[in-house]
Amino acid sequence: MEKKLLRGNEAIAEAAIRAGCRFYAGYPITPQTELSEYLARHMQKAGGVFIQAESEISAINMVYGAAGTGVRAMTSSSSPGISLKQEAISYMAASELPALIVNVMRVGPGLGGILPSQSDYFQATKGGGHGDYRMVVLTPDSVQEMFDFTIEAFDIADKYRMPVMLLADGILGQMTEIVALRDIKPNSFEKSWATTGTGMKRRHNIINSLYIQPEESQELNLRLQMRYNIIKEKEQRYEIINPEADIMLVAFGIVARVAKQAVAELSKEGVSAGLIRPKAVWPFPETCFTRAAKAYIVAELNAGQMIEDVRLAVNGRAPVHAINRLGGNLLTVEDIKQRVIEIVGGVPSACAI
Amino acid sequence: MPVQFKRPEALLDVYMHYCPGCSHGIIHRLVAQAIDELGIEGDTIGVASVGCSVFAYNYFACDMQQAPHGRAPSVATGIKRCLPDKIVFTYQGDGDLAAIGTAEIVHAAARGENITVIFVNNAIYGMTGGQMAPTSLTGQVTQTTPYGRKPEDGRPIKVAEMLATLDGPRYIERVSVHDHKHVAAAGRAIRKAFEIQLRGEGFSLVEVLSSCPTNLRMTPKDALKWVEQSMLSYYPLGVIKDGGACYAG
Repeated sequence: MEKKLLRGNEAIAEAAIRAGCRFYAGYPITPQTELSEYLARHMQKAGGVFIQAESEISAINMVYGAAGTGVRAMTSSSSPGISLKQEAISYMAASELPALIVNVMRVGPGLGGILPSQSDYFQATKGGGHGDYRMVVLTPDSVQEMFDFTIEAFDIADKYRMPVMLLADGILGQMTEIVALRDIKPNSFEKSWATTGTGMKRRHNIINSLYIQPEESQELNLRLQMRYNIIKEKEQRYEIINPEADIMLVAFGIVARVAKQAVAELSKEGVSAGLIRPKAVWPFPETCFTRAAKAYIVAELNAGQMIEDVRLAVNGRAPVHAINRLGGNLLTVEDIKQRVIEIVGGVPSACAI
Repeated sequence: MPVQFKRPEALLDVYMHYCPGCSHGIIHRLVAQAIDELGIEGDTIGVASVGCSVFAYNYFACDMQQAPHGRAPSVATGIKRCLPDKIVFTYQGDGDLAAIGTAEIVHAAARGENITVIFVNNAIYGMTGGQMAPTSLTGQVTQTTPYGRKPEDGRPIKVAEMLATLDGPRYIERVSVHDHKHVAAAGRAIRKAFEIQLRGEGFSLVEVLSSCPTNLRMTPKDALKWVEQSMLSYYPLGVIKDGGACYAG
């Protein structure tokens, strides 16, 4: 298998082309711009379309149009740009259009800064746009997973006819690692709903999200909810280290990398600590919480967002503690180890921001 | 007796929701007629926008997508770039195209996208009940300009002229449907716009001045007269741009 040194953003771009993505529209924003630049160089050679749009709003709407023709399509951006895309994401969820949306998160709120963050967790998992909809949200923790999850994302999107988000952060986007580049034969999906011209052979197809009759609107909403329930059952993705440990850390993305090191060191030092790492944060891997540990510590680069889902999953059976970093700063192995030792030692559990 | 006049094939035989006297029905027919005459129904994908014409997806027999408010040119771009051999058109009102979707139309025109835009300008918001449009005339009374549109509410935007300053568009014409003669001319312009796209020559836009009797609070006849007497002097008819850049894609 071919191995290459790639930046996280480039790994997503390369994977997209290999997954058969043939349409990309985006708008420059740090720290994801290398993704656009890579596709500007390579998409046309692959027989696809690359467009630098006038705004993130326009870019996602181009993806809406492209996805409606049945072509695998994607856009990418970073936090403020993802906010601008929310309207069309809601439309795509309602119109049942498959596409990939990449968010290489930077710190917010507002213009925030270009430093890495995980503060778009709520936006990604709880809706973001208007209406009752969900997206599958994949959370890689390495450049290899940026590559692998991108390929999976297109399949999930096509299988369930819905937008899928790849939720990374500025470190993962900018980090360079060795990636095993799988050659894949993209799965093909039947897309008889696509607007490709009737050819005068069938009734017209309509890509639409407007239902003014309450019965029809309810039918769409129920259909979506049924699909989301199936996804909740079938698509929980996670990694568990030391599943029987007393203290379970919960972390995704770049923080999980740090937490893994902390767990390895703590285990050597005789502390019973483990890690639950969601590889998808929607659907949230509730199944990991069937067994209640003695305590959970949720490590995040935000003010405490995923912790709400952890609390719902734990449902009061064990204390759930937090360790957070804000403002684009990273949690270190030492920070996490210290927090675990505090909890083990029974030190009062003030939120350690 | 042979049939002299009938519904175009590209228009489905369904009830339309438009108010009595509304010009959308006429403009739909002109678009469908052009599609029929050019024999492109099976190869055409239309994009409906947000506003009164949103339900256009139920009326045209070709494949249709419904775009978020103002974004039809971007949606059409996505479709056309994926299916360059198909015919793609948007059907947009003045609020959609000239207010919330200004950026999208300007940049689609600047890129010279090989699409056709049918821009229906009736100088008012219809769907939401008669508020000021970006094309409402100075002094025009609407639900949100009860004392008349003042300069500080914005001067009406001449979309056709504005877009004609760009190098991207291939063909821009303004027409009107206030009487039979002008309806026929509008039909010819719409057909020409599609022909330009068929030849791969680039971005074409036809601005159609139309009437909204319900929200102008006029009879259908008076509303047409208002278009002729009030709109035409501010929005002159004719070819605004013909020639120039060709589609590079």
